[in-house]
Amino acid sequence: MKITDVVNRVDTQEKIRGAAQYIEDIPFDNLHYARTLRSTLPKGKILKVAYPRGFPGITVVDAGDILARNEVSMVTTDMPIFADGEVNYVGEAIALIVGRDKDEIIAFMKGIEVTYDPGTPLFTCDDAEENLFTRRHYSKGDLASLEGLEVFEGRYRTPYQEQLYMEKQGVVAEVKEGVVEIFGSMQCPYYVVNALKNALDYPEEKIRVVQTVTGGAFGGKEDYPSIMACQTALAALKIKAPVQLVYDRREDIQFTTKRHPSDITIKSYYREGRIEGMKIDVGIDAGPYLGLSDVVLQRAILTMTGAYGVPHLEVSGTVYKTNNIFNGAFRGFGGPQSLFALESHMSQLAARLGVDPLDFREKHFVHQGELTSTGGRFHEEIHLEEMTRILKEMSGYPHLARDGRGRLVGYGVAVVPHGGGFTGDGEAEHIKAVVKLRKDTEQFIHILVSNVEMGQGALTALSKIVASALDVPMERIIYKNPDTRLVPDSGPTAASRTTMVVGRLLYDAALKMKDALEEREEVVVTEHYHQPAYLAWDQENLRGNAYLSYSWAALLARVEVDPVTLEVTCTDIHGVYDVGLPIDEKMLLGQVHGGVIQGLGYGMMETMDSKEGLIQHNSFSSYAVPTTEDIPAIHTRWLINPYIEGPFGAKAAGELTLVGVAPAIATAVADALGREIYEIPVLPEKLLKVVKS
Amino acid sequence: MTMVSFIVNSKPVTLETDLSRRLLDVLRDDLGLTGTKEGCGEGECGACQVYLDGDLVNSCMVPMANVIGKSVLTIEGFSETEAYRQIEAAYIEEGAVQCGYCIPGMVMATGALLRSNPHPDLEAIKDGLSGNICRCTGYQTIFKAVERASKEEVKK
Repeated sequence: MKITDVVNRVDTQEKIRGAAQYIEDIPFDNLHYARTLRSTLPKGKILKVAYPRGFPGITVVDAGDILARNEVSMVTTDMPIFADGEVNYVGEAIALIVGRDKDEIIAFMKGIEVTYDPGTPLFTCDDAEENLFTRRHYSKGDLASLEGLEVFEGRYRTPYQEQLYMEKQGVVAEVKEGVVEIFGSMQCPYYVVNALKNALDYPEEKIRVVQTVTGGAFGGKEDYPSIMACQTALAALKIKAPVQLVYDRREDIQFTTKRHPSDITIKSYYREGRIEGMKIDVGIDAGPYLGLSDVVLQRAILTMTGAYGVPHLEVSGTVYKTNNIFNGAFRGFGGPQSLFALESHMSQLAARLGVDPLDFREKHFVHQGELTSTGGRFHEEIHLEEMTRILKEMSGYPHLARDGRGRLVGYGVAVVPHGGGFTGDGEAEHIKAVVKLRKDTEQFIHILVSNVEMGQGALTALSKIVASALDVPMERIIYKNPDTRLVPDSGPTAASRTTMVVGRLLYDAALKMKDALEEREEVVVTEHYHQPAYLAWDQENLRGNAYLSYSWAALLARVEVDPVTLEVTCTDIHGVYDVGLPIDEKMLLGQVHGGVIQGLGYGMMETMDSKEGLIQHNSFSSYAVPTTEDIPAIHTRWLINPYIEGPFGAKAAGELTLVGVAPAIATAVADALGREIYEIPVLPEKLLKVVKS
Repeated sequence: MTMVSFIVNSKPVTLETDLSRRLLDVLRDDLGLTGTKEGCGEGECGACQVYLDGDLVNSCMVPMANVIGKSVLTIEGFSETEAYRQIEAAYIEEGAVQCGYCIPGMVMATGALLRSNPHPDLEAIKDGLSGNICRCTGYQTIFKAVERASKEEVKK
């Protein structure tokens, strides 16, 4: 087959029929269930946990059952598997309560009494020493030389966002012949392997992790399954039976990782309608454990100048330690926060200068060959002017109709990048992806990678790449959900890297296999990741090429605002996307639609507050995400710009589709109201304050 | 515990259960019909939708007391019908499925919509599926799939 052939997704039919087995659908003999005993305090010492008597079927698994280390190893090891003597957030796991009968577990839990010595929690991001996790900084040019220029300063705030994957978090742990086996809904099987190795002090041969059909993740199943795997592994080892831990929805919303709330200040120094310098300060709330937060902060600050060349820069960022819920990965990974601030700022300054917001952006666009904000070079072709031209053409810009039949009409734009793959030299230094292709004696070709299908289409995309590279029918490709006993570590399913990085390795492997395709015996080809020689990165000083490549999006949103109730309706989103060569337009459209609507939720609907460290919006009714009634018309065009390192020219796509939507909508609402907006979501109660100010 | 009799996917079933138990749990745990999913357990997301005497219901909100003597059709049973086959083909063709977790419920809602309104316009499609949350697709391809299914000739 050819890469241009139109295909249907390989995993659709069994999902429609309800035959696909998610973790909660898989039967296990003698399955025991677990629920989590959670802290009700944001900070304190545990003085005593009193368990009720008379429950012979119940087993408690807690910090006393730790085998080697009470650490959930992610990037750091600061998070305990079970609280040991102290708690640091509301909802922190103290123990698993395990039994055969769910009703008995609930009855037992009602009788538990935990006595605490309350501590003094931190809920705000202040610059006190005990409130700081990490600080990062980079600069360019000489910002001090701009003293005396006109300045515009804005402070931007973004809220929590919950991934709200439709399938809740879930794993099953089982011990078979001394091997700890984890089955579950996850993005990164080898993250789970590494966490178990550390927690149990087991060699890799005694650990097996199998991804089950995963009902959405969006970053929420990047780090979190490692926690549940460590907890249930200890439980399964203790009771010598399989243990299932599946959260209920309220528990999942309240106590698993979210998108970091942020507080970002941008001060622009400008002259003759052009920004000459920016001073930027980014703060994000990690919660009590660092986890992935320092990595999120790096992407946030490295994305801070977006699609623009700014000659003089001071960019700093802080990860704050609080006793709020701990935060983690969510599609965009720091980018949505930065780009809401930057794109709002650009439109505000354009309006203050009385110039068109797209023309103002165009004056600042980066170009191929120029230096990035961190002193790397843009090696690839960049077509931002052409993308803007297409955007104008498809939307009729700037002659946009203002008649809203009694409603206020507004338009907003955003032009945004997303860096593909891990930040800096992460792919070469940390991930070190390995992929395998195996041709069996029946002439089927097996894709052996640890990257997962979580809805985004990995099974189909990677199968299509291999089938096209080999020019064989898709039916000859076999790609199953990863089982770490069978597949090498090709890295996590994150950072929009699966098609671009892993897909390229498979493409290279396929080309090597091509000559051996007609041989009768088994053939195995292994490929290792090597960073292109033209890229360099200094992690210590954040200098060099922050990303392998950049994907781009140019967006225009049209909104209508009710002048009385201030309710916002988004009627249209126009988007032009450069994702290299789109290797499957149908699947990419699915990514665009889904990303746009998650971005729309982030910008105008999804509200989540924390009170004394407890998330207040914990159900589908209180945490409102877009339904069918909230969906605008989505108009999509591609800018074809093949990426030399990508398989068939493909670049990152999954996260790009989300990151620019909230500022496009928020600036459209600002346009409709004739006011500036510094905070999302643009809910009526927030807009009332904006209108009154 | 009470003995209750009802029909599931055209077959009579008799089992002993608590009358306050959720239909969803009986389907999944007692009968192994795991195509029906629990997304929220509060009647908000539609992932657990089935037909009860032909009406679309959230099975997480239906106590077994309300099922006695009635007929339940789940995705496993619905997928044996002609009406389903059109919907399935349209969902596949439009690429309307990503993670798939909401899809069995979405398909049940689609079937109910097309039965009451064989040729819905976009607004009617949005209304008909407004009780079903999907977090992956942004619904666009699902709208198209429903439209496509409504245009296909019913094969008798």
